[in-house]
Amino acid sequence: MRLHLSPEDRAFRDEMRTFFSTAVPQSIRDAVAAHRELTKEQFIEAQRALNAAGLAVPHWPVEWGGRDWTPLQRHIWREEMQLAGVPEPLAFNTSMIGPVIATFGSQEQKERFLPATANLDIWWCQGFSEPDAGSDLASLRTTAVRDGDDWVVNGQKTWTTLGQHADWIFCLVRTDPTAEKRQRGISLLLFPMDTPGVTLRPIELLDGGFEVNEVFFEDVRVPAENLVGEENHGWDYAKFLLGNERVGIARIGSTKRMLIEAKEHARGITVNGAPLSEDPYMTARIAELENELLALELTALRVVANSAGGRPHPASSVLKLRGSELQQAATELLVDIAGPLSVASFADEDSDVPEWAQVATPSYLNYRKVSIYGGSNEVQRTIIAGSILGL
Amino acid sequence: MEFSYDDEQNGLREAVSALLSRAYGDSEQRRRVVGTDPGFDEKTWGQLAEMGLLGLPFAEADGGMGAGPVEVSIVAEEIGRVLAPEPFVEAVVLAGGLVADLGTDAQRAEVLGALAEGTLLPAFAHTEIGSRWQASAQSVTATEDGGSWRLTGVKEPVPNGARADLLVVSALVGGATRLFLVPGDAEGLTRTGYRNHDGTRSAKVTFAGTPAQPLGEGTGDQAPAIEKAQARARVAYGHEALGAMETALTTTAEYLKARKQFGVPLNKFQALTFRAADMYVSLELARSTVMWATLVVDADGDVVAAADRARLQTSRASRHIGKEAIQLHGGIGVTAEYKVGHYTSRLTAIDHLLGDGDWALARLAGSVGEHQTVDALQ
Ligand SMILES: Cc1cc2nc3c(=O)[nH]c(=O)nc-3n(C[C@H](O)[C@H](O)[C@H](O)COP(=O)(O)OP(=O)(O)OC[C@H]3O[C@@H](n4cnc5c(N)ncnc54)[C@H](O)[C@@H]3O)c2cc1C
Repeated sequence: MRLHLSPEDRAFRDEMRTFFSTAVPQSIRDAVAAHRELTKEQFIEAQRALNAAGLAVPHWPVEWGGRDWTPLQRHIWREEMQLAGVPEPLAFNTSMIGPVIATFGSQEQKERFLPATANLDIWWCQGFSEPDAGSDLASLRTTAVRDGDDWVVNGQKTWTTLGQHADWIFCLVRTDPTAEKRQRGISLLLFPMDTPGVTLRPIELLDGGFEVNEVFFEDVRVPAENLVGEENHGWDYAKFLLGNERVGIARIGSTKRMLIEAKEHARGITVNGAPLSEDPYMTARIAELENELLALELTALRVVANSAGGRPHPASSVLKLRGSELQQAATELLVDIAGPLSVASFADEDSDVPEWAQVATPSYLNYRKVSIYGGSNEVQRTIIAGSILGL
Repeated sequence: MEFSYDDEQNGLREAVSALLSRAYGDSEQRRRVVGTDPGFDEKTWGQLAEMGLLGLPFAEADGGMGAGPVEVSIVAEEIGRVLAPEPFVEAVVLAGGLVADLGTDAQRAEVLGALAEGTLLPAFAHTEIGSRWQASAQSVTATEDGGSWRLTGVKEPVPNGARADLLVVSALVGGATRLFLVPGDAEGLTRTGYRNHDGTRSAKVTFAGTPAQPLGEGTGDQAPAIEKAQARARVAYGHEALGAMETALTTTAEYLKARKQFGVPLNKFQALTFRAADMYVSLELARSTVMWATLVVDADGDVVAAADRARLQTSRASRHIGKEAIQLHGGIGVTAEYKVGHYTSRLTAIDHLLGDGDWALARLAGSVGEHQTVDALQ
């Protein structure tokens, strides 16, 4: 055990800090800091800047752009990125389908997809959830039936994040409806979103944004070579993918940034003649959140150091569970600091309500999602109770 | 102490509920209504007037119904239950309440009569950027010149400020806060309306030497009267929140029975049904406190302190229930296409109009040393 970063890790952190605060355009980082919706172009520009510097996919195999970093270095990379307000490389590409293709894909698929995936030349979306298959993903009903050299896909996905920007979808489909175990009849298919028969319906969320979609498939023909790994083994790849999704989902750096923001805004608001930042209830609340966040960050460091062979430590469920709660608490704090101004969410340029106060409640409402997706907090508790405590 | 409603009050609830569920029983209807200005339905507003609800708490001599806070609480609860966007608490309890408390005979007759008839919508223009739920004005000033008054400064956000026919405006005169009436078409008045996150509307209201009529006579500080009117509005909002929390809870309970995952309805998972049970506990504790506060208003007791207690309890309960209602629904809970999240949004707005839970807690904490116990029975 040792408290201080080694000189090498410290140098690494400084390098990351400098890079993130200089190489990604300020306008993009400002948009992240202001909780504004990013445009497709902004996501792409940011990821290409990272990729050009070899920082988009450090956790991939080295031959496909990975960096062979220690778990601690990866942690530092991610946290510094969030702290600087740099949009993270698109998770669907770099944390989800990329590692799956790199691990289970054919050589041809690797060559075809991995470089384009790292550089966001292909934008992927995740076609897992269906209206009746949420927490119970294995009950999914979208089918793929073999017809000559093609698979023919019919059915529906939902909650497809940023499907409107996506070029390709990685999609769980049922290929063997007769399999004894539901999990055994599922395969993973890749296909372009502009394939005939794919349609998209945007879903409006509580903040007025359109970040998720329903996606419908009607006789969508997918060449057989676009199946990943083995037929009917899709569930294994999905589990592998979801395990990776959980790592880094604590978003500690991003919560830290929100707390910095909160303290700054609280300093500018006066209550009974004194700054809100000196109000005993406000300071106690912030201090408690900071302490919770410290505990989480330390746990992340401890867990990260113990992850063996690329498999997430079971305690990574703690990171998702508490990480999402703290993100939500930080957004709630910002609403409360905005106080009476927090109602004025869609005020125009004329308004004197500052932008951060306008977006506070929509973000708070939107962030209810973080304890629902990526394995809901109930699912995380089930994992902790089952796989860790043996209950 | 008596918590039950009499026949007439039950009849009132049924009538209001029938009207509002016709208008908003289908939650898509509310989405349509809040989708365009003024963020509520003028026709429904007119129907509330026809039923006498917009004049409910005002004296009959002023054109009102002479009913009390219990009747007001019933209407507010039914408003909350279907999330009706009509500004009952804002216009009747708060803006109307100020005129009823402070207005001259002529002002009361003119404003309250028209409000009751549904022909005049008043709004309380009080909040300023940088103010935080206090009863006093902060920067808008009023000056007198030869017997006529003019206002200068900016109020924002003003609930219903763009649609309002009449603004009740707080302004500084020397060190004191005084109230003024400004018609919506006054010269030197600029109003820019916008949508709040809960679908209601607010506005930035700018006064540039705008002519104004003092509310009431006299020259004293009217901040204490504002404090009291705000307290009554806090209690009424408490009831609106109760209605909303109850629907959020019943909607969630129904969903847990209807939604199937893993081959069974979600209510087979005790981890989830216990969470719904906890929501019920929060709701009932808030209900008791808010009903008690209404009785304090009715008895003209320490309304300000009672409102703070109700506010604290409702704030905690509405956050708990609002968050859990979404979480237990899963993804569908965060969509604008399904109703439950809108309840959370409205509960969040109510919580931040007129002071949130921590704000009420701070005020209550300041008086802990002044009593030995807090007793329900008086
Ligand atoms: C904003 C957003 C973006 C998303 N993006 C994507 C995406 O890009 N691609 C994709 O495939 N999916 C995506 N999802 C879907 C997400 O993974 C699902 O919402 C999640 O799996 C929960 O499923 P559900 O919404 O159907 O809720 P349900 O499964 O119906 O669950 C409802 C509630 O019951 C709880 N619950 C369910 N089963 C149990 C149990 N056995 N024990 C205890 N509690 C239980 C849940 O935790 C939840 O609280 C997204 C969701 C959201 C909200």
